[in-house]
Amino acid sequence: MWRCILLLSLLLLATTAKAAVSDPADMLRDQAQEERARVLGRELRCMVCQNQSIEDSDADLARDLRRIVREQVATGRTDREIMGYLHDRYGDFVLLRPPVRLTTLALWAMPVIALGLGATLIMVARRRSGAASILPPLSAAERARLVELEQDAQ
Amino acid sequence: MSVSPGPRRRILLFAPLGIAAAAGAGFLVMLRGLSSGAYNPKGVPSALLGKPVPEFDLAALAGADRPGLTAAMLRDLDQPLLVNFFASWCVPCLIEHPQLMRLATDGVPIMGIAYKDKPTEALGFLRKHGTPYQRIGVDLPGRVGIEWGLYGVPETYLIDRHGLIRWRYAGPLTEDVVKADVAPLLRRYA
Amino acid sequence: MIAELGHFALALALALSIAQSFVGLLGARWADARLMGATGPLAAGILIATGGAFACLIWSFVTNDTTVANVVMNSHSAKPLLYKVSGSWGSHEGSMVLWVLILALCGGAVAAFGQGLPSVLHARVQAVLALVGVGFLAFILATSNPFDRVWPPAPDGQGLNPILQDPGLAFHPPLLYLGYVGFAVTFAFAVAALLEGRVDAAWGRWVRPWALAAWSFLTLGIALGSWWAYYELGWGGYWFWDPVENASLLPWLAGCALLHSAVVVEKRDALKTWTVFLALLAFGLSLLGTFLVRSGVLTSVHAFANDPARGVFILGLLGCYIGGGFALFAWRAAAMVPTGIFAPLSREGALVLNNLLLCSLAAVVLAGTLYPMFADLLLGEKISVGAPFFNTATLPLVVPLVLAMAVGPLLPWKRATLWPALLRLWWVALAGVGGYFGCLAIAGARLGPALGFAAACWLIAGAGADISDRLALFSRPRAAWARAKGLPRAAWGAAIAHAGLGVMILGLAGMGLATDRLVVLHPGESAELAGNTYTLRRIEDVNGANFTARQAIIEVSRQGQPRVVLAPQKRNFPLARMTTSEAAIHTTWLADLYAVLGEEREGGAVLRLHHNPLAPWIWLGAAIMALGSALSLSDRRMRISAPVRKLAKEAVRA
Repeated sequence: MWRCILLLSLLLLATTAKAAVSDPADMLRDQAQEERARVLGRELRCMVCQNQSIEDSDADLARDLRRIVREQVATGRTDREIMGYLHDRYGDFVLLRPPVRLTTLALWAMPVIALGLGATLIMVARRRSGAASILPPLSAAERARLVELEQDAQ
Repeated sequence: MSVSPGPRRRILLFAPLGIAAAAGAGFLVMLRGLSSGAYNPKGVPSALLGKPVPEFDLAALAGADRPGLTAAMLRDLDQPLLVNFFASWCVPCLIEHPQLMRLATDGVPIMGIAYKDKPTEALGFLRKHGTPYQRIGVDLPGRVGIEWGLYGVPETYLIDRHGLIRWRYAGPLTEDVVKADVAPLLRRYA
Repeated sequence: MIAELGHFALALALALSIAQSFVGLLGARWADARLMGATGPLAAGILIATGGAFACLIWSFVTNDTTVANVVMNSHSAKPLLYKVSGSWGSHEGSMVLWVLILALCGGAVAAFGQGLPSVLHARVQAVLALVGVGFLAFILATSNPFDRVWPPAPDGQGLNPILQDPGLAFHPPLLYLGYVGFAVTFAFAVAALLEGRVDAAWGRWVRPWALAAWSFLTLGIALGSWWAYYELGWGGYWFWDPVENASLLPWLAGCALLHSAVVVEKRDALKTWTVFLALLAFGLSLLGTFLVRSGVLTSVHAFANDPARGVFILGLLGCYIGGGFALFAWRAAAMVPTGIFAPLSREGALVLNNLLLCSLAAVVLAGTLYPMFADLLLGEKISVGAPFFNTATLPLVVPLVLAMAVGPLLPWKRATLWPALLRLWWVALAGVGGYFGCLAIAGARLGPALGFAAACWLIAGAGADISDRLALFSRPRAAWARAKGLPRAAWGAAIAHAGLGVMILGLAGMGLATDRLVVLHPGESAELAGNTYTLRRIEDVNGANFTARQAIIEVSRQGQPRVVLAPQKRNFPLARMTTSEAAIHTTWLADLYAVLGEEREGGAVLRLHHNPLAPWIWLGAAIMALGSALSLSDRRMRISAPVRKLAKEAVRA
């Protein structure tokens, strides 16, 4: 019961926190750099929110992480370095795009697996129903015969 | 006309049931785990487990009668210790405070870091409720917290004698947690 | 007293549902006409009982009966009437009552509109619907009774979250549930077909309207939720791939596949086993969504806070219905023999491709949603699967789907050659290319939105090509008007729905070109965005029904000409002790102008200004899709009972 109330209040906090607007002072002067920081920010999870990126949340932690990303973009670090910095401290959980490794292979391969499975199912079904019995197209001689018959019928 | 299905088709027809049953079993285990605490969808393990304490250097809390805290002080220790991130504005920190006081009187060394807390307010908090910490660092901007992979307060870390982080607990320490986790870990890394 | 009546009504509904299950199944098994005839009145009885229970719940909320625990948790005397009513279905308990009400409505609808169904099939469908009702009514009565009393009565309710007091959010659950529960009807048809051991073309014809109806409501429900997020949350976001959002998308995808494959069953007597499976799957995914949202295994802003004990009950229900359905499928589907054969390249083949892509999409979304939970459980790893994954993984499946959508309707049944169809699409391809370069010309070198424009123009023109092909508009124009009048509504509906998707993609592509500015303005200062000038006039205090607010008055002008005044607010609700931000949105055909008020400092205010091109088209597109669906539903051929009744009347007169 207490957990419910805590969870509810956390949820309420999370939703109202989103209502605020962030600080223009945090934004980078350079438009291209700011855009790059935003793109990076969208890949990083706000650790105290539900499934949102740090760009979509106004929680304090999200704001701090946004500042860190912008500071590092401004000092010229590469995307990989910045993501690595946060990954070292927060682990896989902070990455909204799960890293590709053996344990996430099934996830990343799912489009291919699903298509492959589906295509196999379709092939198996067609073979079973004897779909090869579809009539082949008429040959030239047969077409001529057909025309003849149609003319006779008129 | 009814056709007796071959074995391959049988497998295909039973596959949905099999997959659903497996998923259902998984969900049941999750639900059981939710009640027992074994499965916690909101808890995140620390990325620094088994790694050395990150570099930091924090000034002391003025008026608290305790020295400041740096990373160097957390290496080559005589015994494992706890590092506790707290703040005066954090309600669960107040709830866990008696546990910390009890651990301190039992002789467990605890280092405190005031996270995003104005020094005067942190001081007021400790004056009012007691100081379980041997050393206190002030992390007003909160950057040191991020170096530790902190995502909220309170959080408590267990450091072994070589300065490696061995355990992280996010949330207020309760008697159960102390009994089930802290005490055995302190013994293990003693 | 009313609460007790409501409680009794629920119990009555349960008893009647149990009776209906027996009556329907036994009546069908013994081919007993009297038993089978009783299913109609029983369905009416269940509807009356459930409707009565729901009315009692609403009454408790409207009169703010604080002796009812649910009212105390979720309502307040100061709430406006509309939100008192919608608060009745805002909680877990209340929403379950809405769920079973809609189920009862479905049963009543099948009884009312299914007069042309063979009585055996009708009886079985009613029985299965009642069986589903038994499970959920038992769940409500055992674990989630909305009529629990609290004594002594609380002075007033606690449920005053201002974020929930919103018209969009009020209607979002009923529309969604009409979709989720609507798929119970197709589920019932599938189970009935499996029990009978027979699926024929007629079954396809009967299932399709129910699939269409459920899918339309789900489309509207999802679109409404997305639109609410857009105007309420203040960041211009509208879809977050949140697990609960995905849980609504999964039955939508399966349902979309279902209504397409049902066409093949009806027209060509093929794909029967697959369609039955899809019908089971669509409802199964609805139930999975119900489980995920209410059991606590997920963390999400949308999830109800619940304890795992309820989760176990729901999991048990899932086991009964999904497990039972799939078990029946494994056992009985072998008896179904496909008869229609078709070449891979044909209209049927295109519909098979549609199903393949839609189901693969569903598999990807399902995998992404469940992966974190199962990785945590089985491997102890905590990973996040968020928007970047879903956007990347679904794109390679959506592209071929969009391409095929314009080609498929042009292919003849049974066997086709591709080249003639492609040739007839030359101007559609031109439209796509035009869209691509048009976007590049207007918005600069943005590849993603340009491809989106291309896809949208391709789809909209493709829908036009579908219609013009059927009317032989360009090859034999003279008789085209007569053909147009005779063209069945379902054909128009399909084309309109496909075009609707194109419109939605246009909106999505436009949003990809959105720009924003974050500024601090003092009264009298201006900022420029996308050719518009935003001037802050003043910041003032305003009062509302249960809030006080700070409101910024922003005059928007373009090239000196005043356009509109935006008034974003920061509202403070003293009773609820919350502040919310109300974005000011000015919607035009071309874009949304969107302003949000942030904190005030030194006499000025932080303002976030957005320019969202074509944003309204996202929801307009969804509405068009639902409209196309509704048009198809109104097709005379869907109302199979109508011709039968007419014939009977004529027979009597003669």
